[in-house]
Amino acid sequence: MNKICKYVLGIATLIFITNCGNNSNTNNSGAMASSKAEKVYVAPGEHDEYYAFFSGGYSGNITVAGLPSGRMLKEIPVFSQFPTSGYGYSEETKPMLNTSFGFVPWDDSHHPDISQTNGELDGRWIFINGNNTPRIARISLETFETEEIIELPNSAGNHASSFITENTEYIVAGTRFAVPNPQRDMPINEMKGEFKGPLSFVSIAENGRMNLDFQLNMPGFNYDLAHPGRDKSHGWFFFTSYNTEEANTLMEVNASQNDKDYVAAVNWQKIAEYVKNGGGKKVDATYAHNVYDHKTHMATSTMKEGVTMVDPREVEDAVFYIPIPKSPHGCDVDPTGQYIVGSGKLSTDLSVYSFDKMITAIENKDFVDESYGIPVLSYENTLAGVVKQPGLGPLHTEFDDKGNAYTTFFISSEVVKWSLETFEVLDRAPTFYSVGHLMIPGGNSRKPFGKYLVAMNKITKDRYLPTGPELEHSAQLYDISGDKMELLYDFPTHGEPHYAAGIRADIIKEKSKKYYELSENEHPYAAKSEAEAKVTRNGNEVHVSMTTIRSHFAPDNIEGVKVGDKVYFHITNLEQDFDVPHGFSIIGANTSEILVMPGQTKTIVWEPKKEGVWPFYCTDFCSALHQEMQGYVRVSGRNSNTPLKYTLDE
Amino acid sequence: MRKTLKFLTLIITMILFSCGGNDKKEGISSDKKEPVKEEVKVPASERINLNNKGVGTITSVDLGLVVDQDMAAHGKEVYDRMCTACHKADKKFIGPSPKGILQRRTPEWVMNMILDPERMVKEDPLAKDLLMEFNGSPMANQNLTKEEARAVLEYFRTL
Repeated sequence: MNKICKYVLGIATLIFITNCGNNSNTNNSGAMASSKAEKVYVAPGEHDEYYAFFSGGYSGNITVAGLPSGRMLKEIPVFSQFPTSGYGYSEETKPMLNTSFGFVPWDDSHHPDISQTNGELDGRWIFINGNNTPRIARISLETFETEEIIELPNSAGNHASSFITENTEYIVAGTRFAVPNPQRDMPINEMKGEFKGPLSFVSIAENGRMNLDFQLNMPGFNYDLAHPGRDKSHGWFFFTSYNTEEANTLMEVNASQNDKDYVAAVNWQKIAEYVKNGGGKKVDATYAHNVYDHKTHMATSTMKEGVTMVDPREVEDAVFYIPIPKSPHGCDVDPTGQYIVGSGKLSTDLSVYSFDKMITAIENKDFVDESYGIPVLSYENTLAGVVKQPGLGPLHTEFDDKGNAYTTFFISSEVVKWSLETFEVLDRAPTFYSVGHLMIPGGNSRKPFGKYLVAMNKITKDRYLPTGPELEHSAQLYDISGDKMELLYDFPTHGEPHYAAGIRADIIKEKSKKYYELSENEHPYAAKSEAEAKVTRNGNEVHVSMTTIRSHFAPDNIEGVKVGDKVYFHITNLEQDFDVPHGFSIIGANTSEILVMPGQTKTIVWEPKKEGVWPFYCTDFCSALHQEMQGYVRVSGRNSNTPLKYTLDE
Repeated sequence: MRKTLKFLTLIITMILFSCGGNDKKEGISSDKKEPVKEEVKVPASERINLNNKGVGTITSVDLGLVVDQDMAAHGKEVYDRMCTACHKADKKFIGPSPKGILQRRTPEWVMNMILDPERMVKEDPLAKDLLMEFNGSPMANQNLTKEEARAVLEYFRTL
C-alpha cells in the first residue's frame, strides 16, 4: 500500500512538474509578449499596424513611417524640390512650386491632417501647410503624391493650418505674423491697429479640389494654432492667438506682457452662409493655384485674382474672443466636441473650456470686453475646469478613446495624462528631450485609435550616435493602452516634425496605387509603345519621346543634336507592374534625374554645351541587365549639318 | 583455368568498380552525366514541348478550328501596346519572336508565361532556360487581363 502510495505520489509529482514546466513556458511567453522589444518588433516581411505622416519642418516635405516599428517608408516631396524623384525639377512638376512670388522651391511644412468623414479619418488625402510662403498642399493617399498646392494671399506665416473640419468641408490657414492687409509700404512701429491677421477658409470639393472661399480679416494678433469643433461643436473653429500686445520688437519680452491672450471662436458655418448669400467684399489678391493631373502626369499653375474678405464684425454672433492665459500654443478639441483645451505656454495651468458654457455665454451676451469690435467672453464663465500645475510649458493635447487627454510640456520635457472627467493628472512620462507636439493616431478626430502615442522632441542630444553638430529630431513611441504610459522606443525622424497624423494602415493600404495605366496616359509627349518613340526638332528645341522597359531605352542612340539646343527628354515607362520604376539621367544636366513610375511620362531638359558623344543611363536598378540600360547622344557643332537620326537595334 | 581466371578478374574488377561507384557520392556522379546531356540540348527557344502547360492559373484553352479574327485584331492591338518593346514577329529581339509559337508550346504555356512570368521562370524549367538563353533579361509582367492574354494568343495564330 505504502509502495503504491509512493508510486502514485511519484506520478503525481511528475505530472505536476511537467505541467508546471508547461505553465512556466506559457508564463515566459507571456512575459515576452509584454516586453517592450516585442511590442515594437515587426517581423521581416510583416507590415506595421499604423501609418504615421510626419511633417518635415524645414525639409518642406512629409516623411511616412510605420508604427510601432518607426521604420521610415517614404519621403513625400511637397513644398521642396526633391532630386530623388525629380519633383520640382521635371518639367511636369515645376509648376507645383509656382507662387505669386515666382518659383519658390522650398517651404517649412508644419501640420499634416488627414481628411475626415463624420469626424473619422477616411484616408483619402492628407493636407499640410507651408509656413514661410503661405500655402496648403493636398497629397493623395492612393499615390502618395502631392496633387495640389494653393497659395494664400494677404497671409504671412501660415502656422494655424492645415486643420480640417469633420466632413472635410474646409481647411483653415491662420496668419502667424500680423501684416498690413492689403500689403503696403508703412513704418513698422505704426503696426498697432493697422496690421491684420486674416484667417483663410479653403473649401474642399468632392474630388479634393481646393478653393479659397473667403478670408476673415481679424485684428492683427498672431494666430498660432487651430482646431475645428467636433461632433456637437461642429461648425465652429478655435484659434489661439498671441501678441495681443501688438508689439513689433523684442517680441520675446514685449509679446509676453498681457496676462491673457485670446482664443478666437469662429462660427465658420455662419460665415460661409453669409458669403454664399453675397456677403463680404471682393478685394485684390493674386495667388497661385497648382494642380497635378494623374492622366497627363503634368501640373498646371493658374494665377488667380481676387478674394472675398469678411469683416468679422459684420456677421452677427459669429466671432468671439475668449481670454486664455499667456501666449497660448495648442487649442485642442476633445472627441466629443465638448472641451476645448488651451495651452498657455507661459502658464502653469491648463485651461479647459466648455463648449456648452460658451454657447450659453454667447446667448446671454455675457461679454466682459471687446477687442476691435469683437466681443470678449468671460474667462470664468466659459471655463469647464483647470488642470492644476500639471507641468511647465504646456503645448499641445491629443486624446485617447477612453476619455483621457495627453498634453506635452516643453519646459519640463514630459507628457502628462489627465482625465477629461476630473481634470486630475493620472500619469506623467518624461520625454527625451523637450517635446513639441504629440500624436495619437486619430487623436484629433471623433474616433482616436488610442493604442500608441508619439512624442516629437525638439532636442536629441545623446539619444543616438553623434553625427556632428546637426542631429535628426527624435520621436518617442509610448504604449497608452494601459493605465500607465509606457515608453517603448526612440526613432529618428527627418527635418523637424512639428506635428504628425496617424491612421490605421488597413484604411489606406488596400487602395494604394501600384502603377499607372499606360492606356490612360494623356501626356502630350508620351510614347505609349516603342513604335511611338521619336525625336523631333522645332527650331533649337529637340523633343525626344523615349520609352523604357527592362532593360533598354528606345531610342538608345540619337544623332543630330547641336550645341545650344534645348533637349527635352520625355521618358515614358512602359512597364505595367508594381515597383518597376526606371530612372533617367544624362551627363552635365543642370537639373536632377527623373524617376519614372510604370505607365508615367516625365520630362527633363538638357542643354548640351560641348560637342561629343554623351551617355545617358537608367538610375534605378531595374533588372540583371540594368547596367546595360544606357544610350548615347551625339552632339555636333552649332552650325553642323548632322542629320537628326535616332535608332534602336540598327 | 584461364577462363576461370578471366572470370575472377572480371568479377574482381566489377567489385572494384562498384566499390569505386559506391565511394562516389550520387550527386557528383549525376553531375558528371549532366554535361553529356546538355551538349545535345537545343536552345530553349527552339525546343518543342506540346505537353507542358506551364505553371499558373491557365489549365486549359480551347482554340477554335478557325482563327477568331475579331479577337485576333484585339490581340494585335494589345500586343503592339504592351509587348513590342521586347518582342518582334520578324526577329529575335530582347525576347523570342512569337511567330509559330503554337508549333512549339501549348496555348496554356503561352498564356501562363504572359500572365505570370515571375512564377514561370521560377517553377517552369523551360521558362527558366529561356531566361538564361535571353541573357537573364526578365519577361516583364504587363498585367494583362486573362481576356487580353487570350486575345494576344489568338493574334499569335495569325503570325
